[in-house]
Amino acid sequence: MVSVDPKSIVIKGIRDGLSVTLPDGGTWPEALAALEARLTQAPAFFKGGRVALMVGARALTEDDMRQARDLLVRHDVTLWAIVGEDAETQRIASSLGLDVPPPSSARVSDLAAPPAESRTWDVAVEGERELVAMPLDEWPDAGLIVRRTLRSGQSLRHPGSIAVIGDVNPGAEIIAGGNIVVWGRLRGTVHAGALGDENAVVCALDLAPTQLRIGGRITRSPDERRRKPRPETARVRDGHIVAEPWGV
Amino acid sequence: MAAQVITITSGKGGVGKTTTTANIGVALALLGKRVVCLDADIGLRNLDVVLGLENRIVYDVVDVIEGRCKLRQALIKDKRLSELHLLPASQKRDKSAVNSADLVRLCEELGAEHDFVLIDSAAGIEEGFRTALAPANGVIIVTNPEVSAVRDADRVIGLIEAAEKGPARLIVNRLKPGLVQRGDMLDTGDVLEILAVDLLGVVPEDEAVLISTNRGLPAALDEKSRAGQSFRNIARRLLGEEVPFETFREAPGLLQRLGRLFQSDGRSA
Repeated sequence: MVSVDPKSIVIKGIRDGLSVTLPDGGTWPEALAALEARLTQAPAFFKGGRVALMVGARALTEDDMRQARDLLVRHDVTLWAIVGEDAETQRIASSLGLDVPPPSSARVSDLAAPPAESRTWDVAVEGERELVAMPLDEWPDAGLIVRRTLRSGQSLRHPGSIAVIGDVNPGAEIIAGGNIVVWGRLRGTVHAGALGDENAVVCALDLAPTQLRIGGRITRSPDERRRKPRPETARVRDGHIVAEPWGV
Repeated sequence: MAAQVITITSGKGGVGKTTTTANIGVALALLGKRVVCLDADIGLRNLDVVLGLENRIVYDVVDVIEGRCKLRQALIKDKRLSELHLLPASQKRDKSAVNSADLVRLCEELGAEHDFVLIDSAAGIEEGFRTALAPANGVIIVTNPEVSAVRDADRVIGLIEAAEKGPARLIVNRLKPGLVQRGDMLDTGDVLEILAVDLLGVVPEDEAVLISTNRGLPAALDEKSRAGQSFRNIARRLLGEEVPFETFREAPGLLQRLGRLFQSDGRSA
């Protein structure tokens, strides 16, 4: 029994990857144990990702930070920054190369959605360090809208739902905690409900993914190519992923 | 007007970047433009061979950058077209010999005396590609109608968009009209459906290209070559002309012609 509740860890999609906020209270080993529980619950969501760890007012030693880094590495996650309020902690983080880089040419793609009146978050297309503006409401119901085509080698990761207005080409990857909607051709690899939600769905105007995962289920498109694409929704029924006509 | 600095790249190797660079260079020079072809594939020098200028190389691009000669000394004038020049790559060094800043400076100097600077990029998405992209104010992607080449082109287009060098224009090279007609090869529409970029031209597979490449005589010089015609059309499109896209049809075989004969007979009877 850990004294830090894993559910109190907040995960957000931010510029350059994911931000993971550890709650105040509890010792560092307890916080890390909670983090590990969270990583273990949804390994597919975190695997291969980049994480900025928000540690609040905690004072951390170099050793503490190495432990965090090693823990994340064991789950195939890169720790790229530690962000805290304690000056000494921040100094150590920067000596380990874990300081937050100055806002890199934080530009907003022309194709991006116009900023919502409330707030605008930047989200990175991993591997490209290209920024797309997204309006984001409170997590975990937050959605991310991307108005561009995702090309081979580009990857998008977000704890909420993702809507793409454009195509998802072969070799591109989308990993979402919630649903995935593609207003275009879906040919790449997608994982909906990657935080463990098997009620998540994937919809596309032309649903022909290389591979499709929902929660812990996995499937791929039939090998033969269809002549006439039609909008479809993929969901889990009786333990299998099935594709049904969209809108029924 | 400032020179157009165009990088020709592909992601995948062997799709015809160098042949395309040479032929577009020749075609632009035939139209009276001052052109320099720059071989940025340091260590894997090829462009000089395709242009048939290998035996005239004294200095190369690395010599210019490292100050061993003047730019003017390294530029090789084409033996047929006085407006066409080549700046060859070094064969002894590797990609680390030239960095982005070097190439940007060099292209500024070349741009002052030419209308077009065509940069033949290295394959791949690593240092050589990034260096070749740095000075570009336009990019041409060369691909073949083949799934793996298109996949790599897609990746490269994403990187070009991220580097804000786009929009890239596309050349589909080595299209085999016969295979497309039988449904055994991706057609241009299939390629464009994935890549969603502007099409600059389609070049049919043409044995004359292989032969002319080996002889150092770019196909664009050959009035009769189908591929040469495509390259000449591409050059005109680069100059802003509206040139309709060629349609390619395999010459019908004897059996097909006989079949057609019988069909028309049947109808007329």
